[in-house]
Amino acid sequence: MYKIAALGDKDSIYGFASLGVNIFPADGAAEGTKILRGLAEADYAVIYITEQLAAEMSAELERYASRPLPAIIPIPGVRGNTGLGLDNVSKFVEKAVGSDILS
Amino acid sequence: MAIMNVNPTRMELTNLKRKLVTARRGHKLLKDKRDELMRIFLEKVRENKELRKEVEQGIAQANTAMSVARCVMSDKSLDVALMLPTQEMYLNVAEKNVMSVMIPAFDVKFRTANEHDIYSYGFSETSGELDIAVKALSDIMPKMIRLAEIEKSCRLMADEIEKTRRRVNALEHVMIPRYEETIKYISMKLDENERSTTTRLMKVKDMMLNEAHHYNQ
Repeated sequence: MYKIAALGDKDSIYGFASLGVNIFPADGAAEGTKILRGLAEADYAVIYITEQLAAEMSAELERYASRPLPAIIPIPGVRGNTGLGLDNVSKFVEKAVGSDILS
Repeated sequence: MAIMNVNPTRMELTNLKRKLVTARRGHKLLKDKRDELMRIFLEKVRENKELRKEVEQGIAQANTAMSVARCVMSDKSLDVALMLPTQEMYLNVAEKNVMSVMIPAFDVKFRTANEHDIYSYGFSETSGELDIAVKALSDIMPKMIRLAEIEKSCRLMADEIEKTRRRVNALEHVMIPRYEETIKYISMKLDENERSTTTRLMKVKDMMLNEAHHYNQ
């Protein structure tokens, strides 16, 4: 049995708590990195992370990119959509095809 | 393209020919793998893009409602309301093998029997906006799980496609031409040796005839 986590600033992820997602408030890359490492070792299959935090710790996220689990998914936070998520999808296409043919 | 550093012998030639056959078969298989992966990847990545747009919209709506709730209610009472969730979500993770890429498949399980049992607070002390926010998030949650599954799959497949494409290119543009040229070089060298042996024999025959009968042909 795997669990689901949400990581980011408290205001963005608070609502997920009532759905049964475990929330881990983190401010700044240093704190986020520390929590993320702990989560990756524990039984978390999906970790939702706010785009703001994801942008700050992109190097750390790369470490988990090639592993089947956990899936780290950026979601927009309360401070609005930065477009990081869609950019990531475009990056996959660029990597696989050679150029972004879907945009 | 440089030829390989080998001795031009018949044995090397046989070996190289065998290697060339293997390389050609490997090239064909890898090309098929790349094409199939690409087809599945493009399907998935389109769905990924759609899903992501929907999820981002849904979360934006939930966040708006949440902001309103935060304005209406005090921080403390909001904390209390969300402090002890009644519901808990678990995932069963299966692995699916797509062209030797292991992609995850998630199956959601809830702790309580009713999956809509999401309100962890009494309704008397909280505002309706909080209900709306929680409901909006709950509605978008199945899509978020699907998004996680599909985005991870896309990521893994993109890596694999890149690797496969490199292998295909290396075989097609480096290995196979090199083998072909080396084979050509060895067979030409062997032919040349054969011709030189024939001429030498003819020359020796001439000399022997000359010695025995004292005549020149």
